Order: sequence, then C-alpha cells, then structure tokens
Amino acid sequence: MNLLSLSLSYLRKRKLTTFLNVLLLAIGIATIVVLLLFSTQAEESLTKNGQGIDLVVGAKGSPLQLVLSSIYHLDVAPGNIPVDEVETLLRNPQIRSGIPLALGDNYRGYRIVGTTADYVDLYGATLAEGNLWDRTLDAVVGHWVATEQGLTLGDELVTNHGFSMDGEAHAETPLRVVGILEPSSTVLDRLVLTAVESMWALHGSHPTGDDHDHDEDSHTHDDDHAHGDDDHAHDDGHSHDDDHAHGDEAAADASPGPGFPGMGGPQESQRDYTSVLVQYNSPIAAAMFPRFVNSQTNLQAASPALETARLLTLLGVGLDAIRNFAYLLILASTLGVFIALWNALQDRKYDLAVMRSLGASRFKLVAHVLLESLIMVSLGLILGLFLGHVATELLGQSLEQARQMSLTGWTWTPEEGQLILLALGVGLVAAIIPAILAYRTDLARTLAVG
Amino acid sequence: MFALAKIRHQYGAALVLDLPFFRGQQGEHWMLQGNSGSGKSTLLHIMGGLQQPTEGTVSVAGQELGDLSGSALDQFRGRNIGIIFQQLHLLRTLNVTQNLLAAQYMAGLPQDRARVQAVLDSLDIGEKANAYPDELSLGQQQRVAIGRAVVNEPKIILADEPTSALDDLRSTQVIDLLKAQAEINKATLVVATHDQRIKPHFPHHLTLQTPQALLVD
Repeated sequence: MNLLSLSLSYLRKRKLTTFLNVLLLAIGIATIVVLLLFSTQAEESLTKNGQGIDLVVGAKGSPLQLVLSSIYHLDVAPGNIPVDEVETLLRNPQIRSGIPLALGDNYRGYRIVGTTADYVDLYGATLAEGNLWDRTLDAVVGHWVATEQGLTLGDELVTNHGFSMDGEAHAETPLRVVGILEPSSTVLDRLVLTAVESMWALHGSHPTGDDHDHDEDSHTHDDDHAHGDDDHAHDDGHSHDDDHAHGDEAAADASPGPGFPGMGGPQESQRDYTSVLVQYNSPIAAAMFPRFVNSQTNLQAASPALETARLLTLLGVGLDAIRNFAYLLILASTLGVFIALWNALQDRKYDLAVMRSLGASRFKLVAHVLLESLIMVSLGLILGLFLGHVATELLGQSLEQARQMSLTGWTWTPEEGQLILLALGVGLVAAIIPAILAYRTDLARTLAVG
Repeated sequence: MFALAKIRHQYGAALVLDLPFFRGQQGEHWMLQGNSGSGKSTLLHIMGGLQQPTEGTVSVAGQELGDLSGSALDQFRGRNIGIIFQQLHLLRTLNVTQNLLAAQYMAGLPQDRARVQAVLDSLDIGEKANAYPDELSLGQQQRVAIGRAVVNEPKIILADEPTSALDDLRSTQVIDLLKAQAEINKATLVVATHDQRIKPHFPHHLTLQTPQALLVD
C-alpha cells in the first residue's frame, strides 16, 4: 500500500472514464508527435538534399517545380534545355561548377538520373559495391533501390518512360547495374544513376519534358529500326547524326569524368539536359547571376534556398493549423481529466476524510490527488508518444513521397521533451482545484454527515 | 487514559456541548449515552482529534491534543486512536487486507501483513482477506471497520453508534467484539450510543443531556 497503489485503485475503479480520458489525451499527443517528426525530418531532408547547390538552371516555368524536380526528385521537370546553351552559360566566371541532370525515366518507380560523377560527390556518397558507370547504359543504384528490389551487380534494369511504372518500357535497352551506393540518407538512396548519354540512348536525345508524348511516338518508331543496338540518338530527319551518335557510343567512350559528357562532339547541340545544378564561385553571384539567367537567356534559374523556404512557408500554414487543433485536443483532454477528478472527489470526500482520520496529512491527500492526475496524463503521454511514433513510421513506409524523404518514426525530436513537460504541466493544473478540495476536507463535518 | 476539562463547544451561537470534567483510566470501557442532539458525536470527534473544542483541554493517551497541530495531530491520531464511524467508510476500491494496510500506511507505520491477518482472524473474517467491501455483508463490513480501528494497536478506541442498525443478537455480538478487541490491544474503549440494550455491558457511563445538565456515574 502506498500513494501510487492507492491512486491506481481509484483509477481502476472507474476504468472507462480513465480509459477515455487517456485516449483523448493520447490522440492529441500523437497528432503533435507526428507533426513534429514529419516537419523536423522534412526540413532536415530539404536541407540535406539541397546542400552545396546554389542554383538550379532549367527550362522556363515554375521555379518551385524546377527545384522540386531537380533536387528532391518529387515533381516533373518544367522542360528540357539545350546542351550548348548550358555550356555557354557555364563559361560565366561567376560559376565554379555545374552538374548536369537528365531526367524522365524510372525503374519500378525509382527515378533514373543521367548525370556525372560530380553528382555522387555532391552528396559525399560512396560505393558499397562495384564502381561508377563508365559506359553508356551502365547504372549505379542507390541503397534503398538495391535493398528493396534485391539488386546485385550485373542485374539488368528495364526502365519505363516517365515517373510511373505504367510508362512505356524501354525493353530493348536495359540498364546494367555496375555499382551500388552506401546509404547516404539523401535522395541518392532512392535513385538510379547513369551517364547522361544513357538517357539520350534511351530516348533518342529527348531525356524528358512535359512534351514526351510526342517523343514517345517517334521513340517507338525508332525502336523498330534499332533492334540489337545499344543506342539510337535519333531526331526525325537527322539520320546522319544518328550514325555518328551510334558510332560514338557503341565505342563506349561516354565518360562520367569531370566536365560535361560528350563535350565537343558534333551533335550535342541537338541534345538536352533537364537541368544543371550550379555552384557559384563567390556568394556575390547570388545577387547577379539568377537575374541575368532569367532575363537574358531562355533558361530559368531557381534558388533552392528561396524555393524551399517558400515551400516551408506554404506547408507551415497547414502544419500550424493541424498543430493548433492537436493542442485543442490536449486542452479538451485536460478538461476531461479535471472533470474526472472533480466528479471522483465528490464521491470520495468521505474516503479522503477517512484517510485523514487514519493519520494521513493534508499534504498526503493533495499528493494523492495530484498523483492520480499525473498517472492519467502519463498514461496518455506514453500511449500518445507510442502511437505517434508508430503512425509516423507507418506513414513513412506507406507513402511514396514520405519514403522519398526517408521519413521514420524511430527517432526523437527535442520538441518532444517540451511536449512531455507541457502535458505534465497541464495535468498538474487540472488537478489543482481538486487538490485544494482535498486539502480543505473538513473531517468532523464530512464524517458526521456521512 | 483520557482526561477532558472545561469543554465547551459551539456551532455558531448554539452551545452543543458543555462538559466540565470527563476522565477515564487506561483500559476502562465507557459508554456515552444521550439522545440525538446531545453532543455524543461531537464529544467523540473532539476526543478523536477530528475537531477542536471551542474551549477546554483534551488529553488522550498522555498527550494534550491542543498542543498538536496539522500533520503531527493526524499522525498521533493514526497511531493512537482507533475510530469506528457510524457509517463505516471503508475504502471501496481496496480489498479487506488493503483497507487495514492503508490504516498502517496512513499512520506512517510499517505495513505488517502478518499483523493484518492476525487481526482479521481474531475478528473471524480471516477468509475474507481478499474480498472487496461491496462483496461483504453489513456485519462483515462492520468487523472490517473494527479491524481497521485496532490494527495499529491504539491506546483508545472510539465507536460511534456501532449497534444502532443491528438486532439484539448482533448488537451483543458487536459489543462483545469491541470489548474483546479492546482487551487484546489493552485499549480504552469509548462507545457513543443511544442504544440502551448495551448499557449492562459497560461498567462506566457518561450521560450527556442537552447542555448544562450532564451526569457522570
């Protein structure tokens, strides 16, 4: 027998009320936990994936769309940009480096990125097995792609056009896995990387874009003629170029090395990138260069920092609304705890008086009431934290977009500590009036009336 | 042992108790009698330290209750005074054993399950140790209440109308139990009642009448 078992005995006596109050509190806590975990990890993921990228240059359109598609691989790209325009732009002295990206295909939902080795270095990723691509149609797969699809070196990947598995299959030109990356907790984990030339090979020099329906028609047409060959960079009415392209890449000289692949070849001017990830030489460039690109060229420059800040602001409004609602739930459940204690004390004033007559001090009774509130709140907290983390984990596993940012429930945020203190605090507040009631119990009067 | 002197108690302007002198030796069995409204319960509460008299001094088990306050008084009461209320006020969320353990716990004494079981056995309800109050008959509940009052081996046992709801046979049984428990624990016993059936069982009587007329015999 002690205060804890005494308080528990009263909670057990009214199981349903206790359970409902605990549940109400737990739902509020769980909602806030999910929001905390989600927003913290979303922000982390945005920051981590945007690291080292000062500017994204791509086709004209929505800057947010460009950033989402090129850095986070979430949206479709606004369009494609010609290689020669990019090269001209990158000669600008304000630019230190640029990493080209060619997007537009997927392997079982994992996006395929035609790029250079710089892209891997950008995230500091290392190979777990094999090596980076050196030939067209060589592919390096991210950690989760390999794990979830059970891929090993030498496997062939039949890719699909677009970003879903029901896109047209490139059955004749599978990619070959030559390397698997270590997990890096960045977008790389869920990407298939290859040379830009591979994308051109798959697409007849139109890696991506919103206009790919048109491309697909001609592409299908190409395939009929192109059986048995690796590559058919093919533009309608440019059959000469085709032959050259074929020659180049059959010789497997596509290089993932520094600089731009295929630079200096005769036919680059017909080839497209989706976008280029740019690093400045100096921070001053941030003031001038984007404006220059947007006003003087046919390209669009978007700042990842600005766009993600904008995105978080938009997202933040929704998150704040849900968060306020969750706090309302916690408030309501606190009220529930208060009402439960209050009602319980009305029934229990004789018990409290008897406890006093048996020798318990006023302070012991106050502690008894506070403890009862704290037990309810603690149960709600434990259940709520548990539900919140489990729900986040399930969300992370079930939602494609959440998988993309590696959302997990098996982690903590410092704000959860504040949440615990807050809940315990409101538990004490809810118990104050009942505790005062317990403190003031008039022994003789209560017992005489009883 | 108890000694009360010059006790006056008022509720508002109304004098409900006027007792110049009331004294008993350790181990004596006293009956407080009087009609309802004569101040029996009030006197019992004053002797139990549940209530402070408006005037006068109360000494129980060698302790001036007026010298104690707050937690000290609560603890003294828990350890030295066993009270059996008219309404039994058992703690319904606890079983019989736990009700007696609670008495030890509230008084700040070590919890002694062997002592609890011995008390229950002496009251003939040893086999109900794990039952809850709602599962017991009224007579059994009354025994639990007596057990709870004596488990801490008090110096004095105060009982308020313990027999009022009982028939002759049960009434006698309860009085016998109370006297037996008082003997076992070497405690003074004070029973407040208007039940004249039990008068022969008590060698000492205090008859309370509406104030200004008290009889000690």
